[in-house]
Amino acid sequence: MTTATKERAENALQEKIQEKIRGIAATLLENGTVDAVIGYSRGSLSHMTRAIMAKTREDAQKLVFNSHCRMNLAAYLTPELMEKACAGKDRAGKVAVVAKGCDSRNMVIQIQENRYARDQVHIIGVPCTGMLDKAALARGVEQEQANCATCIRRNPVIHDDLAGDPVPETDPDKDRFADVAKIEAMAPPEKAAFFDDLVSGCTRCYACRNACPLCYCPTCFVDEARPQWVGKTVDPTDVMTYHLVRAFHDAGRCTDCGACEAACPMDIPMRHFTRKTIRDTVTAFGCEAGTDPDKRPALDRFELKDPEGFIR
Amino acid sequence: MNMIRVTKQAVATALAKASKSYAIAGPVKAGAGHEFRCLGQGQVPDLEYTHTRLSPKSLLFPQAEPMFHFKLPETTGEPGDTPPAFLEAESFKEAPLAVVGLRPWDARALDLLKLNFDSPDYTDPFFIKRYNAMVRVGLADIHPDPENFSLAAGSGPFDEASVDILLADAGDAFIGKVITGKGRDFAGAAGFEPGSPDDAKAFAALKAAAEKEADILPACDRINDADTLDLYHADFWEAAAFSCINCGACTFACPTCWCFDIQDEVNQGKGVRLRLWDSCMTDLYSAHASGHNPREKGFQRFRNRFMHKLKYFPDKYGAGIMCVGCGRCITQCPGGIDIREVMAAMNAAAATVQQEVSP
Repeated sequence: MTTATKERAENALQEKIQEKIRGIAATLLENGTVDAVIGYSRGSLSHMTRAIMAKTREDAQKLVFNSHCRMNLAAYLTPELMEKACAGKDRAGKVAVVAKGCDSRNMVIQIQENRYARDQVHIIGVPCTGMLDKAALARGVEQEQANCATCIRRNPVIHDDLAGDPVPETDPDKDRFADVAKIEAMAPPEKAAFFDDLVSGCTRCYACRNACPLCYCPTCFVDEARPQWVGKTVDPTDVMTYHLVRAFHDAGRCTDCGACEAACPMDIPMRHFTRKTIRDTVTAFGCEAGTDPDKRPALDRFELKDPEGFIR
Repeated sequence: MNMIRVTKQAVATALAKASKSYAIAGPVKAGAGHEFRCLGQGQVPDLEYTHTRLSPKSLLFPQAEPMFHFKLPETTGEPGDTPPAFLEAESFKEAPLAVVGLRPWDARALDLLKLNFDSPDYTDPFFIKRYNAMVRVGLADIHPDPENFSLAAGSGPFDEASVDILLADAGDAFIGKVITGKGRDFAGAAGFEPGSPDDAKAFAALKAAAEKEADILPACDRINDADTLDLYHADFWEAAAFSCINCGACTFACPTCWCFDIQDEVNQGKGVRLRLWDSCMTDLYSAHASGHNPREKGFQRFRNRFMHKLKYFPDKYGAGIMCVGCGRCITQCPGGIDIREVMAAMNAAAATVQQEVSP
């Protein structure tokens, strides 16, 4: 298939998905299955979408699905939202959420971590063929997001409805972690320079953290202010402390959804940090975060066969 | 008419000449985009740039500014032995800084910032020293970004109000106008050639073309007269804010956002008091020492940011909105928030309320 043909086929697929999402959402809202549907709507810029909470059939017609649905809607599933959804009703809220493969993996983790109960969410799963890279589009280049290129779950892991036919998964045997290996092969000074350069543009706006469905600590360590835990400057040490601690906190939980990079206004490829934790989790524990609802996250359980080579 | 011209080939030489009397700052490549930086000897700004992701406000108001250093005094521990703490002001000598390639709306933003930092109540020494020492060599935008609505926000691609010189790209040369005395001095130091009447015509034509291309924003004319509480209680805020993730991308990119935090960093008895950019989008920003937070919810912080820019600020200073229409927040928002739509929603809410009260 030529690139143009492939694009047309994908667009047609996405349009079908979009129609299905609208239909499912309208039905769920009308028959009272859910209080609200969280989905994507058109943004004011052609290469952007924005999250909306649809509450009526009319709202449901605003839902879209295309190659710009980069944000992970699992990040919007806050206790505040659950409360808002069921305002005035004498029961816990229930919301439907449009979820791509990666997003559904994050929902598995959120459920395992008791962020909400499985029966509080109705998952409108979307078989996904990847998102377009926002930074590349700004340069006029249409290119898949880096995380989509190494995606292992394009189809939702859990879902209540599926807004489209499942798509073939990518080749699991291909070298997924070439990027990690490349950095690991660097000599220490080279590696240090690479990472210093990587975060040098960071303004600490925390778009990456706020876009992340894993980053829901009531008070993030960088916001601990009595006393201040981490300096608030853009000094390289402060900036690196933020990125490294966040990456470690997401270890064994990160699904490589790419929302952090898509959210970054400075186009910082901070996935280089989380990718290493993903590779190490796979190597050490054979775990892929959020791919099995019955298996707790790797760093959340103990097994006798867990490797202990790192203990010296 | 004080027309000037400098061929593109001669820019480096002109700036080298000017650098004998001025420090030079300008847009340079940084990462995938451009940013404003103070330039080293021989470094030339990239005047072919379209926009910078961060605004040039950091040249007056750095993200982290040491205000003073201090040392905790040694004490014997005896009662009554409380020696005074040692304070040392940050040494602060600002050479005249020429910012070359400043967009006219970014320049206007510096003047809006001044309203906050130089008020009848207080003059901020850090800001105002730099402000006074700055020469603004503006570069008109002959092809404004689609997200740019500066013309409608009270500035524009050829706005002369806040620059000392305004240049425009005329192909093989920059042609432009000297607007102030500061600008004349800089033009002299750089040895810019005088422009011709033809240059004046070409400049006017570029201006007309750019302004024709520039977007006219949804009007915000009714916001001014609307009652503050009516706008505050308008029913669109929660829905408008839904996709906002309450990060600080908009506030940090914004050329007119000026809120800051003060932090003391102390290590082994020595410390520094820092002034740091802060963002009203964050929970911590409005958290009280008591634990109470008047803007606990995300949409409340979203509302506050736009109310400040489009209502409180115009009400307080009578100098228009605290937005110059650069469009940075629109292109950088991860949630796809568009200030033009928020303006339109506020204006519409103001219109509804006004209709209700009129007989």
